[in-house]
Amino acid sequence: MKAFAYERARDAAAAVAAGADGATFLGGGTNLVDLMKLGVAEPQRLVDVSKLPFDAIEETPEGRLRIGAAVRNTDLAAHPLVRERYPVLSQALLAGASGQLRNLATVGGNLLQRTRCSYFQDVTKPCNKRRPGSGCPAVEGEHRNHAILGHSEHCVATHPSDMAVALAAIGASVHVLGANGERTIPIPGLHRLPGERPQHDTVLNGGDLITAVELGAPAPRSVYRKVRDRASFAFAVFSVAAVVEPADGALQDVRIALGGVAHTPWRAERAEAVLRGAEATPERFAEAAEAELAEARPLRDNAFKVPLARNVLIRTLAELTA
Amino acid sequence: MDADLTLRINGTEHELTVDVRTTLLDLLREHLGLTGAKKGCDHGQCGACTILIDGRRANACLALAVAHDGAELTTVEGLAQNDELHPLQAAFIEHDAFQCGYCTPGQLCSAIGMIEEARDDGATLDAAEIGERMSGNVCRCGAYPNVVAAIADTIA
Repeated sequence: MKAFAYERARDAAAAVAAGADGATFLGGGTNLVDLMKLGVAEPQRLVDVSKLPFDAIEETPEGRLRIGAAVRNTDLAAHPLVRERYPVLSQALLAGASGQLRNLATVGGNLLQRTRCSYFQDVTKPCNKRRPGSGCPAVEGEHRNHAILGHSEHCVATHPSDMAVALAAIGASVHVLGANGERTIPIPGLHRLPGERPQHDTVLNGGDLITAVELGAPAPRSVYRKVRDRASFAFAVFSVAAVVEPADGALQDVRIALGGVAHTPWRAERAEAVLRGAEATPERFAEAAEAELAEARPLRDNAFKVPLARNVLIRTLAELTA
Repeated sequence: MDADLTLRINGTEHELTVDVRTTLLDLLREHLGLTGAKKGCDHGQCGACTILIDGRRANACLALAVAHDGAELTTVEGLAQNDELHPLQAAFIEHDAFQCGYCTPGQLCSAIGMIEEARDDGATLDAAEIGERMSGNVCRCGAYPNVVAAIADTIA
């Protein structure tokens, strides 16, 4: 591991100033420390933000939840109000990583974790995300687990977070403190598609510090379904987070986000449009899934994800509305 | 860059000066001779390095020591009390829950943390639930059924 200077942030403003000056924020370290060992990340200055006072889960006057960025994944998944009002979020968190990792990992760090594309993690290989302009071997190489939606010729990697997929379905906003003060960024909207600049995972700038995530309206009728290559402790081959609000036999509101298919958590707006106000029938679910996946551009070895996504989406919606 | 830090490890306070790149795992093994926690993958994927940090299970290989200044650590060396094995250690022997033993210190620390987490969650630890919650600990010998049996026996 390359040498670096370490400091514990005195307060949020000091962290932002250090970040704007080129420092890298350290949360739980479960991804960053690993990337430093691999030589993928080589920060010269680490500013530890994990001890800043952003470790509370608070109820807002509207009955929503505001989650501090330093809250550990375990504590968020286990929180009684999360389990009661946002089961999709609790399920997504528990579907990710392992118990040990969830005890270390923070909410802010979970959102900002990097792709697990094997070329990105291997410094002996080209990668446009790690070394802009060097090329993307995954386009022609090992890409079974890569994107089918929204990718570019420059990058076909997927975003690895389960939590972010749940947040995209719930509708959340990220509170950010930056050099020019506070602002909020919606999820989806924090993460960006690769386009010609896959080195940028998100719309954040240097020095932008995530301080909290505020959840949208409670989503008591919601579910997270994850498909992976082994029963536990693996990244998603495909996942779906779904939130429904049924009324009088029809679907008043439906929000769907997909994981393991794109460079961002993928909000399935085309599928939602088909379902909004519609009756909850298998035919409609199939129509919705096909509407969303009509835009899919699978790679040589991951075309299986298209029917997989279709079938899991249909079944998940059926179970959620049964 | 070096940093001074204080850690309470298995009940004993240690004042240390370490390079800030040092992980808790390397600190335990290389600086203090506590080689119970194992270096398997060194990337958080196998769980052999699992210890308890302030009572919670964590991968020591991904934890920079400097970021845990002031923490209380428990390693497998701290589980037995006065030559009396921790009930889970005794259950591992009783159920033959290991073959080569390399993953065992991590399995033990992980299971102790896991049992606490399940208690907080109000979860029922049947065999499937134990398996799911212990998925961060990989055993190359495949002793999983007996690991699950030992844990189930301990909480019965």
